[in-house]
Amino acid sequence: MMYSLFVEGIGVQNWTYILVGITFALYIGIAIWSRAGSTKEFYVAGGGVSPLANGMATAADWMSAASFISMAGIISFAGYDGAVYLMGWTGGYVLLALLLAPYLRKFGKFTVPDFIGDRYYSKTARIVAVFCALLVSFTYVAGQMRGVGIVFSRFLEVNINSGVIIGMLIVLFYAVLGGMKGITYTQVAQYCVLIFAFMVPAIFISIQMTGNPIPQLGFGGELADGSGVYLLDKLDGLSTELGFAEYTEGSKSMIDVFAITLALMVGTAGLPHVIVRFFTVKRVKDARKSAGIALLLIVLLYSTAPAVAVFARTNMIETVSNQPYDAVPEWFKKWETTGLIGFTDKNEDGVIQYVADKSKNELVVDRDIMVLANPEIASLPDWVIALVAAGGLAAALSTAAGLLLVISASVSHDLIKKIINPKISEKGELIAARLSAVGAVCVAGYFGINPPGFVAAVVALAFGLAAASFFPAIILGIFYKRMNKEGAIAGMVVGITSMLLYMIKYKLGWFDEVVPHQNEWWFGISPEGFGSIAMILNFLVSVVVMKLTPVPPDEVQDIVENIRIPSGAEEATH
Amino acid sequence: MKKSNAKTYWKENIRYVLLLLAIWFLVSFGAGILFKDTLNNFKIGGFKLGFWFAQQGSMYVFVVLIFVYVRLMNKLDKKHGYDV
Repeated sequence: MMYSLFVEGIGVQNWTYILVGITFALYIGIAIWSRAGSTKEFYVAGGGVSPLANGMATAADWMSAASFISMAGIISFAGYDGAVYLMGWTGGYVLLALLLAPYLRKFGKFTVPDFIGDRYYSKTARIVAVFCALLVSFTYVAGQMRGVGIVFSRFLEVNINSGVIIGMLIVLFYAVLGGMKGITYTQVAQYCVLIFAFMVPAIFISIQMTGNPIPQLGFGGELADGSGVYLLDKLDGLSTELGFAEYTEGSKSMIDVFAITLALMVGTAGLPHVIVRFFTVKRVKDARKSAGIALLLIVLLYSTAPAVAVFARTNMIETVSNQPYDAVPEWFKKWETTGLIGFTDKNEDGVIQYVADKSKNELVVDRDIMVLANPEIASLPDWVIALVAAGGLAAALSTAAGLLLVISASVSHDLIKKIINPKISEKGELIAARLSAVGAVCVAGYFGINPPGFVAAVVALAFGLAAASFFPAIILGIFYKRMNKEGAIAGMVVGITSMLLYMIKYKLGWFDEVVPHQNEWWFGISPEGFGSIAMILNFLVSVVVMKLTPVPPDEVQDIVENIRIPSGAEEATH
Repeated sequence: MKKSNAKTYWKENIRYVLLLLAIWFLVSFGAGILFKDTLNNFKIGGFKLGFWFAQQGSMYVFVVLIFVYVRLMNKLDKKHGYDV
């Protein structure tokens, strides 16, 4: 009794301060304990991370603010179509484990451009790879910083800019001090925080709605109200009633769903901040195993997200659709002030009409609200609501840190050490790495505070860029001994250029001053899915150019034979 | 001897990879996308089967595939003396 009075007395706001404060103290503590003393510790955490720790770190690295805050919401509005993210962002790990991670670990260097530069015996190839890595990572990291700012502003009532700056300082502290070593162990802690914060509300709501504590089963079960109706059938019914597509059917064309899924899978496998995590384990077999552990931990959240999507959408429609505005619950008013949900009474009847027909629809709902406000919509306890803030911050910070490390390594190792000043000392390179990390945080923070209008559009396309550039070059480098520098460079350049052009024309509309109608898409494929076409172009161009140019030198062919054999993987070196 | 050992090792590896990737393709692009509509005629609990593969089943199979590969390769490494 005393306990519950005490707990209820604290309130959401204070709970949020307490939970966020504790987690931040934890991250800083870990950073101090695990600071990096050498470039090897800074770039690859010394190369002795256990498969379990690396799996957890990879999962946290991978799951960004978008996975934690936005994904369930996107699915709840897209229905079946949301599967492109679920399959796309998990299926890539199969490619990573089977086609990339073991060989790159055996190769044993620090960065992805390292592999491209050595395997293709060319500075040009390395520079192209550095350019691609920076392009992908910067577009991505700006979105993370923005995510940090948004979570702060919504839960702690500071403005978005102060939120971004607080986030910058935290990341700056542990990324600059600890490098990959600090990041790895903070990511382990962040995984625990974010998965707990995601699962607890999901389990609560699953029990409420279906009586089943396992959300993955609950959303395929019957409603708890004893009506004997399946939850999904009910949602399909509600959706068609309001004029939306049936939830379980979706509305994208099959070819586009196919193309987007493929682009996201291949893009995932080609993202430098994910690949580089596999440089940190000791042996080749550890690289395979940690890919498996990472995917298992990711799927825990990813298989829960579609359940949350269904719960939240059903709950929301039932709570607000056709209800008088005066009678809406408290959370509606609270989130209305943040602009995430908005009501305009078009027909002035005082009742909320939420329908597919845009001219009659009176309710605008931001997709992020599906996770952020979900615990409140389901009237869960205050500490659960506060937990969501800590989880969202953990997700955003862990991904931002991983990306910043890729950026700083690209600058200090690939550009300075390998191209501009090969004679730089170990100590000098470490200083350069730390300074580049500081610079990268500042640039990311700047874009977080002043987001260019196209950032959101471009983040989704970072996958297309990775798919179109790195994936084919790495795969061919491992599985096709005959592939030479001319082929790989031509492939990467054609791949990334075609992706950029398609994106600029069909997503940003810079060529025609308007974004062209989707009828004009090539083969009906959206810019998000075009990465798969650009990837195929890359493969084709690489092979054709290779056929017309000389075979790679013998020592390069020896490298390829060597990386195919798992034994004798030395620790990562220069 | 050493070279031919590496060659057979690599061939076996490629065989495993192709087999597992075929399953990878079938559950996601096959069951979850191309044959979704047909599979949706069947239901398990409240799930239409195609929808379930797209939003749940394919992900579970992915996890299993990686761990199967880990086991297969650990065995193969041992067989060829590459497990050191």
